[in-house]
Amino acid sequence: MTSNVIDVRNLSVDAIAKRGERTPIVQDVSFSVAPGRVVALIGESGSGKTTISLACLGYTRPGCAFRGGEILLDGSDVLQFDLARRQQIRGVDISYVAQSAAASFNSSLSINHQVTEIPLIRNLMSRDDATRKAAALYGELDLPSPETIGRRYPHQVSGGQLQRLMAAMAMMCSPKLLILDEPTTALDVTTQIEVLQAFKNLVRENQTSAIYVSHDLAVVAQIADEILVLKDGRMVEYGSTETIITVPRQDYTRQLIAAAHVMPAEVKQRASSGDGAPLLSVSGVTAGYGRQREVPALRDVSLDVRVAETVGVIGESGSGKSTLGRVISGLMTPWKGETLLRGEPLAASLKQRTRDELRDVQIVFQMADVALNPRHTVAKILGRPLAFYFGADRKAIESRVGELLELVGLDPAFARRLPRELSGGQKQRVNLARALAADPQLIICDEITSALDTVVAEAILDLLVSLQDRLNVAYIFISHDISTIARIADRVAVMRDGEIVESGPTAEVLRPPHHDYTDLLVRSVPDLKVGWLETVMEHRRRTGQQAAGN
Amino acid sequence: MNILSVIVQRLGLGILTVLIVSLLVFVGTEILPGDVAHAILGQGATPELVANIRERLGLDEPAHLRYLAWLGELLRGDLGTSLANGAILNDVIGERIGNTVLLAAVTAAIAVPLSIVLGLVASTRPDSAIDRLISTSTLALISVPDFLIAVLLVSLFAVQLGWLPAIANLNRVDGFLEYARVLALPVTALSFTVMAHMARMTRSAVLNVLTSSPIEMAILKGVPKWRIILVHALPNAIAPIINVIALNLAYLITGIVVIESMFNFPGVGRLMVEGVTTRDIPLVQAAAMIFCSTYVVLNLAADIVSLIANPRVRHPK
Repeated sequence: MTSNVIDVRNLSVDAIAKRGERTPIVQDVSFSVAPGRVVALIGESGSGKTTISLACLGYTRPGCAFRGGEILLDGSDVLQFDLARRQQIRGVDISYVAQSAAASFNSSLSINHQVTEIPLIRNLMSRDDATRKAAALYGELDLPSPETIGRRYPHQVSGGQLQRLMAAMAMMCSPKLLILDEPTTALDVTTQIEVLQAFKNLVRENQTSAIYVSHDLAVVAQIADEILVLKDGRMVEYGSTETIITVPRQDYTRQLIAAAHVMPAEVKQRASSGDGAPLLSVSGVTAGYGRQREVPALRDVSLDVRVAETVGVIGESGSGKSTLGRVISGLMTPWKGETLLRGEPLAASLKQRTRDELRDVQIVFQMADVALNPRHTVAKILGRPLAFYFGADRKAIESRVGELLELVGLDPAFARRLPRELSGGQKQRVNLARALAADPQLIICDEITSALDTVVAEAILDLLVSLQDRLNVAYIFISHDISTIARIADRVAVMRDGEIVESGPTAEVLRPPHHDYTDLLVRSVPDLKVGWLETVMEHRRRTGQQAAGN
Repeated sequence: MNILSVIVQRLGLGILTVLIVSLLVFVGTEILPGDVAHAILGQGATPELVANIRERLGLDEPAHLRYLAWLGELLRGDLGTSLANGAILNDVIGERIGNTVLLAAVTAAIAVPLSIVLGLVASTRPDSAIDRLISTSTLALISVPDFLIAVLLVSLFAVQLGWLPAIANLNRVDGFLEYARVLALPVTALSFTVMAHMARMTRSAVLNVLTSSPIEMAILKGVPKWRIILVHALPNAIAPIINVIALNLAYLITGIVVIESMFNFPGVGRLMVEGVTTRDIPLVQAAAMIFCSTYVVLNLAADIVSLIANPRVRHPK
């Protein structure tokens, strides 16, 4: 008998294809969680971290099956339990907080209905007690009006609040083990650290053990006692947080640390590309949504982009940064203001733009999965803009497609592949190649690295820089991630609530003294240091700073 | 968006649809081959006699004037008079409509709950033996036309076994059991044609919801399976299910025309078929308007119910 809350021993999980072939997705993983401790599972997508955390609940996603190993909860093997017994421990002994609370709450049921459901159907509490306990947990998690928020429906509260409500749901039966699966990944940075702090307090005060799943080392360093680094379903390194982040033994861990989204120690000012006339000039643009123009998203925004420079646009969700990209590209007609390309006014809507104007301004979207037609080969995807803008014949297209693929660092043989035969990073490269096919002056990159693993995203950023050196193309790089912007942008515009609150050369904007909001953003980027969270929360208390979208 | 204004908008669209339908019905009956004058006079019709009758019946007026006059009467609730025998259509149809409603209501009361249960059962055990049985049998039923099902049922239960009457004569029928005996075959035939679609759609709607994140969450927090289906999945699947029910009830209305004729059932559907054979245009128009309006009303009801089923609409921010 061990005194650990959970012991995972030699866990292996397989994915089972339709024809019955088994592919291992988790192999021989062992770790344990002692009472009151937090163990982090860290790795990139496909590392098996979510599969392992779900396995602790005795659950595999459809299409997966356990192959071997034991998961000992109080000494008995969860994997040997029948379904009824597994249902008994879920929500009571072990509970789970999903990555996206917004997607995981049931939109048809009120929040309290969902939060109090398990103690009620197991007859562990009376309805009044459960409601009271829920309200107490809401208060503990710093939710506004804890007495009444539970009566609302999921769509009536914000994403950050939902994430905390889900944590309250998980804590209702005071579980022995709490599993947090990327619980802050979907949140804005300024909200993320508040939620993180709330989780940390919750775990400390209730002496709950936890498994914290994340791809973000800097976040994990704030909450975990131990870290298990995973790659391709295998353990890479397992040790105390301090050891892993200060003296990593494995190359892969070092790679993860190097690619972590932390503020660079020094923001370098890249060599200015001359102060010639702006390539693109946005002036006084106001735009928004709604038939009666009731939802403004941009208010009097002006922005200049010079030839071959990178302008970073940073903001949190709802700041209007993507709307700005849509207005410039012509996907959206502004209510007021205009966009000049080389001093000539650009038609507001896509339909009125000439072919050359369209060719000059290209846009690359965040989700390469959605932006690439799943039934078209890479050759066809890249061939269409070549035929459309240059009227190229088949032969010319064929050789140009090969060139474009080489330009973005892919083998020309990829031309015959379909998008589903590409990895996430490769898809994003094809997405970029499609924009380059038009031979544009300006590419609007809308969160193009946000959905990628850190190491892959790093390579895409390097690619952008080298393309700029070779092709003299300008970028508007839209992102919520200030550390990425700090690395790639020559100049920065900080957006909040549809306005640009601060702009200028990157080194000036991001180096203190900042505008208040820029300061909040910069300070919200987790640092790869134990104890950073406490320092920053202390600073927030002293200065009275508040998260933006909350 | 205000829910009331959306409902008012839908109602407006519904009325517009009925108006367009009335135009289509009128044009449709206009281009029906042959005319009532020929039908009344039979083989020996001389052109003079035909012209005479046409004038007497008002058939020689321009079509658009006749349409407007007909529409005006329709709006006043007057279905007109039969060309074939001069009977008041309100009375003729009023006599029959109760029977048709009875047939449709009994069919709906049996088919709707049964197909939802079948769909739910299939969706809880996807790819199991019971799911395959339900899937293949419903697929088989969808593929067989309703008149063929009726013929097969009659030849088996009425002709071969002699258990049930082949003709649904409602005269001199008294008591629940007698009604049940008479209605059994037409109701079964009608149910078969609509149940298959409803069961399959319920299965796929629930299955779709069952693979969504909120349901995975419910599994992971330890909610028992039956509760997941009833409390977590069904409210989210209700809108598509309601839609398919309404669509099938509307389809049922068209099926009724065929089934009533097959079983010689004294309803509006058979009346309409009789109207077509005797070139009784007002009768055909009136019956067509009744069926089409029911169709529109059912779809409208489905629209509004699924609007209200959306929690974002019921609980605005």
